[in-house]
Amino acid sequence: MEAAAPNYFLIIGGILFALLNLAAALIWIERRMLALWQDRYGPNRAGPFGLLIVAADSLKLFFKQDWIPPFADKPVFVLAPAIVFITVLMSFVVIPFSPEIVVVDLNIGLLFFLAMSSMGAYSIILGGWASNNKYSLLGAMRGAAQMISYEVFMGLALMGVVLLAGSFNLGDIVEAQRGLWFFIPQIIGFFIFFIAGIAETHRLPFDIPEAESELVAGFHSEYSGMKFGMFFIGEYIGITLISCMVVTLYFGGWLGPDFLPPIVWFILKVFFFLMIFILLRASMPRPRYDQLMEYGWKVLLPLTLLNLLVTAGIVLWMGW
Amino acid sequence: MENISGIVEQLQARFGESTFKPQTTKDEILTLWMPLEKIKEVLSYLKKEAAFPLLFDLTAIDERTRKRDNGHTPYAFTIIYHLLSFERNAFIRLKVGLKEDFPTVPSISSLWANANWYEREVYDMFGIRFEGHPHLSRILMPRTWVGHPLRKEHPARATEMGPFQLYDDKIDLEQSALQFKPEEWGLARQSQDTDFMFLNIGPQHPGTHGVLRIILQLDGEDIVDAIPDIGFHHRGAEKMGERQSWHTYIPYTDRVDYLGGVMNNLAYLLAVEKLAGIQVPDRVKVIRVMLCELFRIASHLVWYGTFAQDVGQLSPVFYMFSDREKVFEIVEAICGGRMHPNWFRIGGVAQDLPIGWEKLIQNFLDYFPKRLKEYDSLVLKNTLFKARTVGIGIFTKEEAIEWGVTGPNLRACGYDWDFRKKQPYSGYDMFDFEIPTAVNGDCYDRALVRVAEMRQSLRIIEQCLKNMPEGSYKADHPLTTPPLKKNTLQDIETLITHFLGVSWGPVIPPGEAMSCIEATKGANGYYLTSDGNTSPYRVRIRTPSFPHMQMLPYITRGYTVADLLSILGAMDYVLADIDR
Repeated sequence: MEAAAPNYFLIIGGILFALLNLAAALIWIERRMLALWQDRYGPNRAGPFGLLIVAADSLKLFFKQDWIPPFADKPVFVLAPAIVFITVLMSFVVIPFSPEIVVVDLNIGLLFFLAMSSMGAYSIILGGWASNNKYSLLGAMRGAAQMISYEVFMGLALMGVVLLAGSFNLGDIVEAQRGLWFFIPQIIGFFIFFIAGIAETHRLPFDIPEAESELVAGFHSEYSGMKFGMFFIGEYIGITLISCMVVTLYFGGWLGPDFLPPIVWFILKVFFFLMIFILLRASMPRPRYDQLMEYGWKVLLPLTLLNLLVTAGIVLWMGW
Repeated sequence: MENISGIVEQLQARFGESTFKPQTTKDEILTLWMPLEKIKEVLSYLKKEAAFPLLFDLTAIDERTRKRDNGHTPYAFTIIYHLLSFERNAFIRLKVGLKEDFPTVPSISSLWANANWYEREVYDMFGIRFEGHPHLSRILMPRTWVGHPLRKEHPARATEMGPFQLYDDKIDLEQSALQFKPEEWGLARQSQDTDFMFLNIGPQHPGTHGVLRIILQLDGEDIVDAIPDIGFHHRGAEKMGERQSWHTYIPYTDRVDYLGGVMNNLAYLLAVEKLAGIQVPDRVKVIRVMLCELFRIASHLVWYGTFAQDVGQLSPVFYMFSDREKVFEIVEAICGGRMHPNWFRIGGVAQDLPIGWEKLIQNFLDYFPKRLKEYDSLVLKNTLFKARTVGIGIFTKEEAIEWGVTGPNLRACGYDWDFRKKQPYSGYDMFDFEIPTAVNGDCYDRALVRVAEMRQSLRIIEQCLKNMPEGSYKADHPLTTPPLKKNTLQDIETLITHFLGVSWGPVIPPGEAMSCIEATKGANGYYLTSDGNTSPYRVRIRTPSFPHMQMLPYITRGYTVADLLSILGAMDYVLADIDR
């Protein structure tokens, strides 16, 4: 262990550095891609291809007055954006980026991920509640309901993968996909997990806690400056996390033909799903909050259970 | 007119020979003066037994400074009711003269649901009280406003008012008026089992498309009641008419329904031309129709995109605005202006069509249908879009008529009433087009109707392109303003008329006339009264968005906040069109 220690810190540092920069870059990527799909230019003035918009954006956020509304519940108000940031970053601890690059090779990695993402719901509820604003409150209520219900079958959808791999360890799950990526036997599980993942990161079409045209900015209406920035960056890291999980669980993680190193395969696959996230935002309207819940409980949950049952049956029968 | 001939006899038989005094007007709408005491009986008879189901407009005129006698003006104020009969395809105008300075009139808000806001507006603007009105308070002006703006003694300009000063007690008064007390809006704070939450949607809110405030009484996310608070966009368009010349008022009309552009000019000018007795050449008619239909497309495109955005779809609005840009390129080439071209003139249009206009139109005709088809699959066929709009905000044809709903919103209930077909103006009878209707009267159907209307507008534009008549772009009439410039260099008479028309403005002969056009959002009418002066004596603008917004509480109760946005989006209103 002692020999591994420097390497260990290097990995943590490297992942943090990469993630935060990626989240910032995603702002630019998303805006450029949206612009491309929406027949407009997007940011193109600051630096080459408008790349420096990222720097400008972060500078703006840093130098904004760190304002807390007088009617807000101060400690909670400050805590809420930190929670989303911390829980999402913590989840990355268990993700195997390549056979060598993983922070902690937990044997219950998957459960750790689920636990962390559930904690994320607190940031929405507390943020909305502490703002003491009716729009925020409505957003928080919606957010809480949405995250709790989608959590249920997010977990259940993953069980199919666990059954097939016979492990909660993400590294083992990737290894188990050497023959066949799990998205083929677990196609239903994949779709459900992806939908739940969108709901979990509350991106369009499931951006109901924010719902700009209805609730102004939903649960973070009162936030500005870097606290808003935390929610903002937290969202991008969140979609990166879901993309990483999708890739790890269903698309063979770092696995790929040998001409590229494993980490490159992983990054390529993750980018593919990041693009899907952005494309979804460009193309879908937003369902109503009760429709979303109905869809979750009445359609997705039975499907998930069925998926789990069939998978379990097949595993028993084939003695996988 | 023939459809309505029997109605006077019917009324006289019912209420007595001497009850009604007819008046002849320039627009040939049957106009009857009736006594104050009989308002309710007569109107209720007309509504229930004589098939005049729609209260088209209710307004008043301050008669006290009127110069010419119209045979009925010992009165200080006149209240005017405009009713529309679909069956007879005719309007009727009923007038009641009032002698006091601050008169009281029986309210008809129990008779027509949409009379409520109209009476509040008359109270706000004239200080006329309506007895029996459930909530007679200011509607367009701030609650702390002193005076009633459309009374003739109320100053029209800030310079007539004396310097503005904001004393401390006035600040306190204004501040306390801003405080929200649910009781003042007739809202209960709690029911037997819940405490309600009050939510202000607006005046600054991304979903209201302008400065509109909606007070929501919520039980969770369910709407118990919704009260629109309007007037933030009030600019006194009607008062301004009284100090602008007939000619210089045209640009103000552009800004009433600011998405409708020249279509507002048309509504105003049709009334002016009726007063002046101008017959415009066919070329003018067709040019006007072509531009109006272009603006209908432009307006519907804005609605289409923002509606999709209201239900959370981010992209369509960009596509539709770039298509609207294509419309504006044509408009710009023809008029020079874009959103507010101010391009129609009394008796014609400002200029002839530019060389090469056919190509511009043809390009657009080739380009746009494909895009519309694309939008169908992008928006209308999208299941999430359907989930948000089908079965939301339903009203029936009868309810629509009761609330004064016109235009696409009425046609979405399955009633094919379109003024372009039923009472053709500006030569619409020469065109071949259909009136799209839908069945259910929900938000989705309103969308379907508007999309189908864009296709019909394209048809009309194509016919304009193919059959543009030759001839002058201005009528040969002394009141055409400004007259053809080239004639002014030929003879002194035209030069003088030109000079007077441009400096004083034309003198429109005394009389009154109302126009009614099928504007982008519904029936838009200008009711103009002239006392033979260089400016109108009274300009009344009947806009479609005003009654539509009034209906909002009625159709939103029981839905959720998210549905409210669908309903608002599908309603297609413009704040300037509501507040004027």
